[in-house]
Amino acid sequence: MREKATTLYIGPQHPGITGNMMVRVKVEGDTIVKATTEVGYLHRAFEKLIEQRNWLQSFTLLCRFCVPEPDPVEESYARAVEELEGREVPERAKYIRVMVLELARIASYMLWYGGQAGSLGLYTVGQWSVGDRNYILDLFEELTGGRVYHMYIWPGGVRRDMPEGFEEKVLKTMDYLEKRLDDYDDLMFENSIFKKRTKGIGIIDKAKAIEWGVVGPPLRGCGIKHDVRIDDPYEVYDKLDFVVPTHEGGDIWSRAQVRRQEIRQSIRIVRQVIDKIPGGDFYNKIPNPQKWALPKGDAYARTEAVRGEVGMYVSSDGGTHPRRAHFRGAAYVHAITLLEDLLVGENLADISAIMNSLGTCPPEIER
Amino acid sequence: MSFFDLKGTLKPLTALKQFGKQPHTLKETPFVPREAADRYRGFHYNDLEECIGCGNCSTICQNQAIDMVPVEGIEGKKGDSGLRPRIDHGRCCWCGLCVEVCPTGSLSLTKDYVYVSDDADSFLWMPGVDNPEGKERKSFVSTEATSLNDFARIPMPELEGMERVKSFAEVVLGYNEEQARAEASRCISCGLCTEACPEHMHIPEYINAIARANDADAVRIIYDNNPLPEMCGKVCTRRCEEVCAIAHRGEPIAIRWLKRYATETVNNADLIKEIVNPEINAPNGFKVGIVGAGPSGLTAAYYLALRGFDCTIYEAHAKAGGMTMYGIPKYRFPEESLDKQIEYIQKIGVKIHFNTRVGKDISFKEIYEKYDAVFVGVGFPKPWTLGVEGEDLQGSIQAVNFLYEINNGKQVDIGDKVIVIGGGNVAIDAARVSRRLGADVTILYRRRVQDMPADWEEIEGAEEEGVHIVPQAIPIQFHGDDKGHVKAVEYLLAEMVPDERGRRPKPVAIEGSNKTIEATAVLGAIGQQGDYSFLEEEFAEKIRIERGRFVVNEFQQTTDPKIFAGGDAANRTADAISAIADGYRAVKGIEAMLVKEK
Ligand SMILES: Cc1cc2nc3c(=O)[nH]c(=O)nc-3n(C[C@H](O)[C@H](O)[C@H](O)COP(=O)(O)OP(=O)(O)OC[C@H]3O[C@@H](n4cnc5c(N)ncnc54)[C@H](O)[C@@H]3O)c2cc1C
Ligand code: SF4
Ligand code: SF4
Repeated sequence: MREKATTLYIGPQHPGITGNMMVRVKVEGDTIVKATTEVGYLHRAFEKLIEQRNWLQSFTLLCRFCVPEPDPVEESYARAVEELEGREVPERAKYIRVMVLELARIASYMLWYGGQAGSLGLYTVGQWSVGDRNYILDLFEELTGGRVYHMYIWPGGVRRDMPEGFEEKVLKTMDYLEKRLDDYDDLMFENSIFKKRTKGIGIIDKAKAIEWGVVGPPLRGCGIKHDVRIDDPYEVYDKLDFVVPTHEGGDIWSRAQVRRQEIRQSIRIVRQVIDKIPGGDFYNKIPNPQKWALPKGDAYARTEAVRGEVGMYVSSDGGTHPRRAHFRGAAYVHAITLLEDLLVGENLADISAIMNSLGTCPPEIER
Repeated sequence: MSFFDLKGTLKPLTALKQFGKQPHTLKETPFVPREAADRYRGFHYNDLEECIGCGNCSTICQNQAIDMVPVEGIEGKKGDSGLRPRIDHGRCCWCGLCVEVCPTGSLSLTKDYVYVSDDADSFLWMPGVDNPEGKERKSFVSTEATSLNDFARIPMPELEGMERVKSFAEVVLGYNEEQARAEASRCISCGLCTEACPEHMHIPEYINAIARANDADAVRIIYDNNPLPEMCGKVCTRRCEEVCAIAHRGEPIAIRWLKRYATETVNNADLIKEIVNPEINAPNGFKVGIVGAGPSGLTAAYYLALRGFDCTIYEAHAKAGGMTMYGIPKYRFPEESLDKQIEYIQKIGVKIHFNTRVGKDISFKEIYEKYDAVFVGVGFPKPWTLGVEGEDLQGSIQAVNFLYEINNGKQVDIGDKVIVIGGGNVAIDAARVSRRLGADVTILYRRRVQDMPADWEEIEGAEEEGVHIVPQAIPIQFHGDDKGHVKAVEYLLAEMVPDERGRRPKPVAIEGSNKTIEATAVLGAIGQQGDYSFLEEEFAEKIRIERGRFVVNEFQQTTDPKIFAGGDAANRTADAISAIADGYRAVKGIEAMLVKEK
């Protein structure tokens, strides 16, 4: 017997929703027949605000795009501005930036552990990973002066040099986390519930992924090797040795495997940074920010975030404020086009797991 | 996958090994407070003594979290607005940009993690005032390495020392466009300089226009309250630079050179008129007579003329400018530079009767009766003499007279060994001019070099040109040869004796330390005084003069309401910009008296 269709509103406030957005689903029984996303609850007019700030001031706002991983946005903005102005960045600063980006990647994946597992009812994982993430936040606090929002990468380099003894602390933390990864494997990836609820669920079609511009772990989870760090290396990624993990399958499980392996790669990168980082300046100082005008023109810089490729476009009319700024985030595709498509035919209970696996981030949509 | 996944069921159980382990963040907290990292960006602290209330923190804050408010016990003074930042911690995002742009480094962030209160208003507080204990908890601080202020000045291109003495060519070459933009870009627009400028010129505004490559705007802004800006751009004593916010940890913005740059982009009187395009009011029927075409008289005339007054200046000399024409040497302030400014002032309707000495060619009484108001800007033309034996020998000349002759294109025979007596700008000018006439020059000064009232840049310039300075030297006699010409100066060495009343130490001659130095000319430069012999008795009685200066109110009005006075004859600061300020104030006074009264 065919059941009567019902419409359910999930979000904007819902523990299974990442960030504030709503998914309106039409279900027959517990099978989704239509999904519509509704965004707008988090709109903070980022891009308009950037126009109202001088070239420096915006970096304090940009990190607010993404709580778990604020640094790639800071980095891509800084690099776009540097490109527009032709400002050199000291080598040491580039290494420090890469370290920060990779630490942020690990910290962010730690939160994803909690979210992904939590969406399946495996709550212990989150309790561990939030605790382990704190070790990285401690490092951030020492390096940048902030735990969550670092506001550290700015045009010209980074704000402060590494404090004394910082390298050792980083290495110690990496050793600790590397060991912990085995525990997470046991608790999460080997867990039969996790396997059952992720394999074959939320399958992304490879062809559609390419056509729609899917990026990051969702794309690599379709077996497609795409990563800005390798394809279009920035900072000093071309001087570092690491691989980009991919996984065939296109389901939640594949995306999880990609992330799982990526953490190990990030640890590898951080260690290389500590090993190779040269001395010298950490900052090529910008002039007095009030009067700092950028030449006419525009620039676009892209960075690999945990959600995939993000990019910052800035345009200058020669003044002290950006004429226009635009941020490209992965979520616009992942959390609207892709999600609406993926959910059809899936079980109501899997919405949260699917959203988590896509790295949905509403502020990237509402800019 | 089998129906029952044994491994997948057992593996998670290994989690039990974590049983009883506390996450490290909870190990101590909340029982033992956690100590923040050394550069943690917590709540603000402000060192109230260091802070100058420039408000740059408030300007940079993109969250409008900072406003500048008065604090009990802190008075505004030159270089300190008297205001201090108040932070709305409900708006703050702890970016610390306010710290990075603080020019003095007084503002910092502390190690404090949390502040809890159910009183929303209590989140608005003043760092340093409301949390004095923050001093011990500073973490995110401003250092010169991380500061976003530009502390280093763009160097001014100049003629090289020994090249200079070959001619009267201008020593300072001026910024080019790129240098001017870069220097202007250092300014943080705080406006502390405006307060310190006697004329309260719109400094941050015109500097900003220069930084934005809008020189014509800069010129317009400058002319708003200074009709002789190129003069000031070249020779101003720049009280503004003394208080510049950036000077606390770096070199002050080159305010004077930037004004010079802007005004030099306009190279003739017609162009000045075209660019300034001043609004000239229709004649209001009032006539003002002005005695003296020095900076004060010219300023009064210019702004009165703009306001519709009919202005006539009576000037004893053949050219206008007063001491800036006949005192200041041409290598500092070339004549063309002055001429174009005077020409512009005449172009907007100011009449100048040259070679007309009041008291001789026309009586003061006549002027008094002919005009609705009179402005007196006659300066301090009469030099003080030392009062030592031999001062009347030939070759003993007063420095201002010497400079007058040279600036007038005359020859003065000073021989090859010139002794200059004094430590002010006039002494330095006389010395540097003598160098240009080929003489060896020695300055004798009563106190130490650091006590010299002359501008340090001038002293340095003189030394670079080979002027020899003998400090702590008190002349006691000039010796002459048999033709009655000076041939040597005898002086005593002095020791500096601390003053009991805490004023600067006094030089006291050391008995028996006599020294003699050869001289072909001696130039006395120990100061000038007023000459008010042009005032008829009735005025001399009516107008109060104290310690050689006219007594005036805040509108430069003397004790005769119809007579206003300004410049060296009325102020104690005795420089061009003070004279200009006096002239400008008198305009307001005259307007208030005549127009508003009507
Ligand atoms: C050698 C020297 C160097 C100086 N260097 C600097 C410097 O670098 N920077 C700076 O800011 N200041 C400098 N000054 C000071 C500055 O020149 C004066 O403070 C300023 O010119 C004073 O302006 P004033 O309007 O009072 O009159 P003055 O400039 O003194 O002019 C007075 C005018 O009144 C005229 N006058 C006087 N009596 C009569 C009369 N009875 N009838 C008709 N006309 C009369 C005079 O001829 C003269 O033109 C210097 C002064 C000297 C002497
Ligand atoms: S820390 Fe940032 S947001 Fe807070 S008051 Fe200072 S400038 Fe404003
Ligand atoms: S010149 Fe100096 S004091 Fe004046 S506004 Fe600029 S920074 Fe402030």
